[in-house]
Amino acid sequence: MLALTSPVQTPFHRLPAGGKLAALAVFTFLLFQLDSPTALALALVAIAALHLPGGWPFAAHALCLLRPLWPFALVLVLWHLWTQDARGGAIVLLRLTAAVAAANLVTMTTRLSDMITVIERLAAPLARLGLPPRTLALAIALTIRFLPVLSDRLTRIAEAWRARSPRRPGWRILTPATLATLDDADQVAEALRARGGTG
Amino acid sequence: MERSLSHIALFAALIAVLGFVPQITLATGVPITAQSLGIMLCGTVLGAKRGALAVLLFLLLVAIGLPLLSGGRGGLGVFASPTVGFLIGFPIAAFVAGLIVERSRAPIGLAAGLGAFVGGVLTLYAFGIPGMALMLDKTLPEAALLITPYLPGDLIKVALTGLITHSLARMRPDFLPSRR
Repeated sequence: MLALTSPVQTPFHRLPAGGKLAALAVFTFLLFQLDSPTALALALVAIAALHLPGGWPFAAHALCLLRPLWPFALVLVLWHLWTQDARGGAIVLLRLTAAVAAANLVTMTTRLSDMITVIERLAAPLARLGLPPRTLALAIALTIRFLPVLSDRLTRIAEAWRARSPRRPGWRILTPATLATLDDADQVAEALRARGGTG
Repeated sequence: MERSLSHIALFAALIAVLGFVPQITLATGVPITAQSLGIMLCGTVLGAKRGALAVLLFLLLVAIGLPLLSGGRGGLGVFASPTVGFLIGFPIAAFVAGLIVERSRAPIGLAAGLGAFVGGVLTLYAFGIPGMALMLDKTLPEAALLITPYLPGDLIKVALTGLITHSLARMRPDFLPSRR
């Protein structure tokens, strides 16, 4: 399982994760206050400039992460050409791209373990509501561990289907997949209890 | 406690894995993924509280940088994208779906279908449409128009949620966490 953290080391990797998240929150808030295309374009250029220390592979990774925005960019361009409101379209498109790029930059320069540490610290007050940070960390670890297990299970169920039927395995494999997840969860619960529980 | 924890964690993983399943493209050219089906199933199978927690755990993993949303999306950027309303609506959708299954006296399959519709379509759209309107600076009807192509796929998923929950209830009669 690959995280989205970039393997290219940048100076930002060494900054504390909490600080980066706070800076991102402030930056995103400010973006939504701006409503001049020039100011938003400058913000986007500034974000792009922050990618320079990482070099071309880092920037290419960042562009790759922006790809899901294409359909929305297309809709916006067509829409605003039709309504002849180029300024409004430019504002929305620039703001959207800058906000997503800034958030992706934090994701790309922060290790998963650092993020989990921040989460544990942020979740500390939840202990009073009956959710100790250790339980949360255990839940995160269990989920990550079971991603390849369930993915593999789904592949095997699909293969078993193909061995029996000439038709494509459609939604019908979802029932055994969900059933397997339920059964696995019961066994994991027993295993946890046998090892002293979550507490 | 252990049982709730393992159900929540494994169903969070199930939502992610359903996002890896190749997309099916409808006749209208709109891709549908099984991921939102996973959200609905969390509610109808685990019940309101645990279903919502499983979805929250899934979103937490996405936020800290795992590419688990369908199409390999993830990281903090997805929470600044036009679909953020849907992400916020996901746990609430699972909660509503679960609540309906828990409270309803209808046969489990029907209750799950109803829950998936009210939770996974009505509730989810009630968050997704304003989110998209806000992010793209459009009016609510305009945003609603932009997501109508997804409605047929979502209705198919509502029916599937009913069918799958019904089969699970038959295979594990006194097992389904949402009906205990």
